[in-house]
Amino acid sequence: MSFPPLDSPQWHQPLRAFGYGMSAVRSTILSAVLFVTYIGIGALAHDTHFSLVWALLSTLLVWAGPAQIILISTLASGAPIVQSAIAVTVSAIRLFPMVISVLPMMRSPETKKRQLILVAHFTAVTLWVECYRFLPHVPRERRIAFVHGLGCGLVLIGLVATTIGYELAANLTQTYASAILLLTPLAFLFSTARNSKELADVLALGLGLAFYPLASLLGSGFDILISGVAAGTIAFLVHKWREAT
Amino acid sequence: MSSFVTDFFGDWHAIVVLLLAGVIPNQIWRMLGLWLGSGIDEGSDLLMWVKAVATAILAGVIAEILVHPPGALASVPDFLRYGALIVGFIVFMLTRRSIFAGVVSGEVVMLLGKWWLG
Repeated sequence: MSFPPLDSPQWHQPLRAFGYGMSAVRSTILSAVLFVTYIGIGALAHDTHFSLVWALLSTLLVWAGPAQIILISTLASGAPIVQSAIAVTVSAIRLFPMVISVLPMMRSPETKKRQLILVAHFTAVTLWVECYRFLPHVPRERRIAFVHGLGCGLVLIGLVATTIGYELAANLTQTYASAILLLTPLAFLFSTARNSKELADVLALGLGLAFYPLASLLGSGFDILISGVAAGTIAFLVHKWREAT
Repeated sequence: MSSFVTDFFGDWHAIVVLLLAGVIPNQIWRMLGLWLGSGIDEGSDLLMWVKAVATAILAGVIAEILVHPPGALASVPDFLRYGALIVGFIVFMLTRRSIFAGVVSGEVVMLLGKWWLG
């Protein structure tokens, strides 16, 4: 993906920055991964007898693959609403640090909170990873418009794929369905690994993978949160210690 | 008319459940991040810690799907799921961090393994 230089007049119009953001979805393999993942979510929604509009609304309003998979499978298993809500909210905790770490890249002293609401909504693993890759090539005052375009492009892919998956569901064999579900861990791992340039990030990824099975032995229901905070904190401390010595 | 609406939207009950069990429990974390994160500077230690925790939580989500696989993925034996991830990772490193090569080879290992096991 090549953008105009940072000082180019091409960046003067916000609408154009929005357009660059939207067309940036073509230059990332994560768009293809997103597409296939949402085919899986559409198919899952169909098989569990949710309506197509329900599935589309979940893609538009939830906009987080793991949360949608958890929501659909727990509701379909007849779990109480409260139990689904707890499972979804635990999976969504990761969005909190993601939003906190992504916003400083596009904020300036004049930026109001309400200008960032849509950016926060679009934030999920794909956008988070791609912001680190794309935003250094986008002038700061056009980054919000750019991310709005990128987010709209990604959501559009998600909505189209949800529809296709919903319509195709009847023809999906178990092998294809499992291949689609395997896509999420593979793509999450490699995109995060590619994005991990600092020692703290590499350690956080490795320790986070290793700690989860240990934390799940505790069976507290907050396994991901416990292993994540522990692994992330150790990674951060090791990084600081290495810097100091 | 009313049956068309029902067919199209499903029943309203389901949409309310979507909001209560899906949208609100998920969005609350994004909005909290927006609300509480506004004072944190780029390049600060706090931000580095937050990013490390975000990365580690994401690693936990990856591990959870592999260790406790949802739906059809549970039909794939443990060693095949882990094997697919490990082979995918090796290919990813060998191809100078190509996400595409890593994902495709991981999937191929899983599909070949399933085919071979019958």
